[in-house]
Amino acid sequence: MFSRAYKAAVTLPPLIWVTVFLLIPYLLMFCYSFWSVSASQTIVHSWTLANYSELLRVDVYWQTLLRSMWIAARVTIFSLVLGYPLAYFLSFYAGRKKDLLYQLVIIPLWVSYLVRAYAWKTILGGDGVLNTLLQYVHLTKHPLEFLLYSPFAVVLTLTHIYTPFAFLPIYAALEHIPRNLVEASHDLGATPGQTFWKVIFPLSIPGVVAGATFAFVLSLGDFLAPLLLGGPSGIMISNIVVSLFGAAYNWPLGAAISFCMLLLVVSLLFFSERLEKKWSFS
Amino acid sequence: MRDAGDSVGRATLLSIRNVAKRFGKNVVLRDISLDVAEGEFLTILGESGSGKTTLLRIIAGFETASAGEVWMGEERLDREPPYRRRVNTVFQHYALFPHLTVEQNVAYGLRVAKRPEAEIASRVEEALAKVKMSAHAKSKPSKISGGQQQRIALARALVNRPRLLLLDEPLSALDANLRRQMQVELKSLQREVGISFIFVTHDQEEAMVMSDRIALLRSGELEQVATPREIYGRPATAYAAQFIGHTNLLKAAVREGVVHCGPLMWPTALPDGPALFSLRPENVRLATGNPVAGAVRVAGRVRHQAFHGATELIRVECGDGLVLVVRTPGSRGALDNVELEFSPSDAVLVRESPKRI
Repeated sequence: MFSRAYKAAVTLPPLIWVTVFLLIPYLLMFCYSFWSVSASQTIVHSWTLANYSELLRVDVYWQTLLRSMWIAARVTIFSLVLGYPLAYFLSFYAGRKKDLLYQLVIIPLWVSYLVRAYAWKTILGGDGVLNTLLQYVHLTKHPLEFLLYSPFAVVLTLTHIYTPFAFLPIYAALEHIPRNLVEASHDLGATPGQTFWKVIFPLSIPGVVAGATFAFVLSLGDFLAPLLLGGPSGIMISNIVVSLFGAAYNWPLGAAISFCMLLLVVSLLFFSERLEKKWSFS
Repeated sequence: MRDAGDSVGRATLLSIRNVAKRFGKNVVLRDISLDVAEGEFLTILGESGSGKTTLLRIIAGFETASAGEVWMGEERLDREPPYRRRVNTVFQHYALFPHLTVEQNVAYGLRVAKRPEAEIASRVEEALAKVKMSAHAKSKPSKISGGQQQRIALARALVNRPRLLLLDEPLSALDANLRRQMQVELKSLQREVGISFIFVTHDQEEAMVMSDRIALLRSGELEQVATPREIYGRPATAYAAQFIGHTNLLKAAVREGVVHCGPLMWPTALPDGPALFSLRPENVRLATGNPVAGAVRVAGRVRHQAFHGATELIRVECGDGLVLVVRTPGSRGALDNVELEFSPSDAVLVRESPKRI
């Protein structure tokens, strides 16, 4: 149908792009993770497993990784708890306001990430909007310290940022449920509550899995929110990677952490895809 | 148009009283009153856009009527949500739950009603056996054919022992052969379970084959409610006569006890004025020999012959712009000038069906 030259012309540019900007960097990163840094701050190109053993040996690395996963897990749960009802309401009850409300959910995505993160700084800070209000109505005497520079602030900000990412696939899944299935359920005597749990929710699971994966993976790798709002107790694994590649100048260790995270994320994506397939029936 | 019970005199199960439905300015149903008897197979027949599905959805509870009431015995139905009505529906595209097996689909109604598991198991088994689908109990709906999905949809509805089963063009997605087979099966199943069926279709042949009574719906109004024999033999309106089977519509005028229609004339007791008659093609004969007493005879020229196997349809021009279609048994070979004959009692007086918007 198409000539060889045409096929080559179409496939080559993306192939080159993926090779140069994805495959080669990953390969380099993989190599780096088995090299080391000498006392004179140069990269030693001899193979060693020292970086990986250091990850297991030094508490701060795996503890930070666990904390990051715990933060990401909380962000995922809150995003689902906020995103699912919103998607359900929009899909089933919004009627003519559907398109307008949908746009309102999408618009925040056009606002710069930094602006939204800074906004929370303004709200949560010691003399921020929230603390000022709380003191004004005499609920507290002193500013609440835990609001800013804490895991709480990171979870809150990331939830705010990633809820639309959880919302979108759930909304798409709900929109795909044939409405006559809902009618059939009511026809067979199921109350709206029974219909939700027995028909609507099971059929929306692929969307929930996709939304949860988005929220978890994106917040697990986040480094700006913890940098701006996390404080010492809110540090996440990406912040460590950033500092290892920067000030600490330990690229091999940074590469080893990155490679572990890559493995974690890829296996997560693999399982979530299996799960989505298992629950889709089209 | 009200009628109490049906021709056999069974008790009324469902009573639709002056139901109307508007979507904004669009009037879909106006002033529908209709009774359905216990154990009756009633077909709502109409073209697309006639409002037949809307009427069914009002009975099921998926739409609310803009006016009027629906009663089942002493119980007012139209204010209850669909899940509290003892009515079940077989949907046009079956609407089987894709994430549940055939068995779980059939058990759905009993599960949400929280029946004991032992009872559910035996009733589901019985229902699947009734529609000959026991072998597919563990399959997912996507793995079985359209005809099989149809049976499951039927079993899923009937297992709840509703007092009334609604069927929304359930056979329209099946191919012609399977469809004829399902018509027979559905009818015998209905007799066996003794539940009232309201069956919606646009297919007049299907309606004729299966129904105890047909309610002919046109642009949101009932045109005629009658048994298939009645509606075919004694159509009330020009629309009914044309929609069900073929007919010759004769635009005539009555003057001093005689009907005049082009070259045709016959005596009548009707008052003077315009009159419209329906004359079925099979009631017109090719005349031979002496005229039958009282029969109307007319000469004409054959314009077209269409052979249909058991019968042949012949178009005959009779002069004065009058064209009669005649159905004769078997094939007659090529015809040219013929004489036609029919009995005036076969010309049924029908009402005009004014155009509606």
